Amino acid sequence: MSVRIGPAGIGGSRVPLGTYYAALLLLLYLPLAVLLLFSLSSGGGLAFPIGPLSFDSYASVLQSDALLASARNSLEVAVGSSAAATVLGTMVAILLLRYRFPGQRLLVALAVLPLIVPFVVLGVALLILFRALGLPLSLWTVGTAHTVVAIPFVLLIVAARLNGVDRNLEDAAMDLGASYPVTLARVVMPMIAPALVSAWLTAFTVSFDEFALALFLAGPNPTFPVYLYSQLRFSSRFPVLIAMAVLLMVLTLVLVLVAERVRRLRA
Amino acid sequence: MLGRRSTFWLLSVPPLLWLLVFFAAPLLLMGAISLSGDVSGALFNLSNPTVDQYRIVLGEAGYLRLLGISVLMALGVGLIATALAFPIAYFLTFRAGRRAGFYLVLLLVPFWTSYLLRVMAWKLMLGSEGVVNSFLEWARVIQSPLEFLLYNRGTVVITLIYVWIPFAVLPIYAAMTRIDRPLLEAAADLGAGPWARFGRVTMPLALPGAIAAFFMVFIPTVGEYVTPLLVGGSSGSMYGNLVQDFFTKAANWPLGAALAIVMLVLTLVLVAVAVRLIDVRRFATL
Repeated sequence: MSVRIGPAGIGGSRVPLGTYYAALLLLLYLPLAVLLLFSLSSGGGLAFPIGPLSFDSYASVLQSDALLASARNSLEVAVGSSAAATVLGTMVAILLLRYRFPGQRLLVALAVLPLIVPFVVLGVALLILFRALGLPLSLWTVGTAHTVVAIPFVLLIVAARLNGVDRNLEDAAMDLGASYPVTLARVVMPMIAPALVSAWLTAFTVSFDEFALALFLAGPNPTFPVYLYSQLRFSSRFPVLIAMAVLLMVLTLVLVLVAERVRRLRA
Repeated sequence: MLGRRSTFWLLSVPPLLWLLVFFAAPLLLMGAISLSGDVSGALFNLSNPTVDQYRIVLGEAGYLRLLGISVLMALGVGLIATALAFPIAYFLTFRAGRRAGFYLVLLLVPFWTSYLLRVMAWKLMLGSEGVVNSFLEWARVIQSPLEFLLYNRGTVVITLIYVWIPFAVLPIYAAMTRIDRPLLEAAADLGAGPWARFGRVTMPLALPGAIAAFFMVFIPTVGEYVTPLLVGGSSGSMYGNLVQDFFTKAANWPLGAALAIVMLVLTLVLVAVAVRLIDVRRFATL
């Protein structure tokens, strides 16, 4: 019996799935397009009719010291926390796949759980910890929290790659006289390099956009999302804030796309 | 020379220390503080542990009610986002052909942009001086701004659905791409029509992905506090906002800690249920 099953599935039926996909895509992009439009509006505020389009808001980004400082803060926190998370997460990945020891599952659970614990819970818990330790809130406290929540991402990405690396190569290197740290540095690391880069970029973007934890843990010196939130009351500031947000969004997006590309690279 | 065995300590001590000090310890400390009866004064004086805070949490009908409402909202968001994502995953798997990868990236781009910014976009669009109202006034459809657009539970739910849809597509898509095409051909050969094939082959095999998608949206949404903070206002707040308030405005840390512990336990229970229902490993590498 010959039935046109199309590609597969409900093939023959005429459910307009393509239209549905396109409509949903439009809905997903609409708010972003509106933001972009209003960052180009010289009228100020977010109301119709919009004023003539200009790049004034983008120019005034450069004149707002507080805004630039907050973006620099986000950058510093993201660079620091992503580096720390990549190192720590990779260590856990190696422990997971190259060792057998009592308490192994506990360590892995500890490294994955930050993905599950609600950010509001982790945020207030860290707030309590820093109060107990007498540490004032600062970019360090935000970075510490971001390192914790980025470790699971690093672990998942690096472990997936490390799983495919032949262990005989390590044995060979050690038979030839290399110590295990040297073997890791000169044999294993180069082979999992794409995963390391991808994990680092992922950790970077996790931190760079993060608001829920930072709102509790940022001191007087806010990161960009926290600063953005604090400025929402002043509608005259919207265009310049959105302009900055759009610029940072483009940066994040490029990093994410690069991370995805690198992750899919073959050795 | 360092062998594997001695390298073990080099590798295990730093992450273990970090996670114990900055992840396990804060949660334990929070648990300890939730047992303190003292609202003001010595926060870390735990000489007289008491369950008073939990008595308040369980006794005050408003708190548990808000928790119930948050769970219901998350349930709604999870179900609707999964239902809306399902046809998208189907489209990508069976209709998009070789462009599926590109279409998937196109779908995920909004998800990769700042969460705060996407939620804020809705606030700016729906506010009384926002895009929708000013457009309608400008077009003379309405005389005064529509107030119901913002600051209620409906807006929070819709915004959350919007935020999660692309994410919910991923596990369903992963499950569907693993369906063996010969199964569908066999079903066709045996006389099953398009809908029968969908209902009896595609659907059952895609279901684990849909269940995974549901939980991946449902669980984080229960603990959500940023979206209600931005678009919910006082009438649209969720349980997470309650926790936040006791650590900021109200400054009652012991009670806030007890509320947070309740949320943590609930989340862990939900995760345990989810892990029993779905094969986590199949979706972990996506």
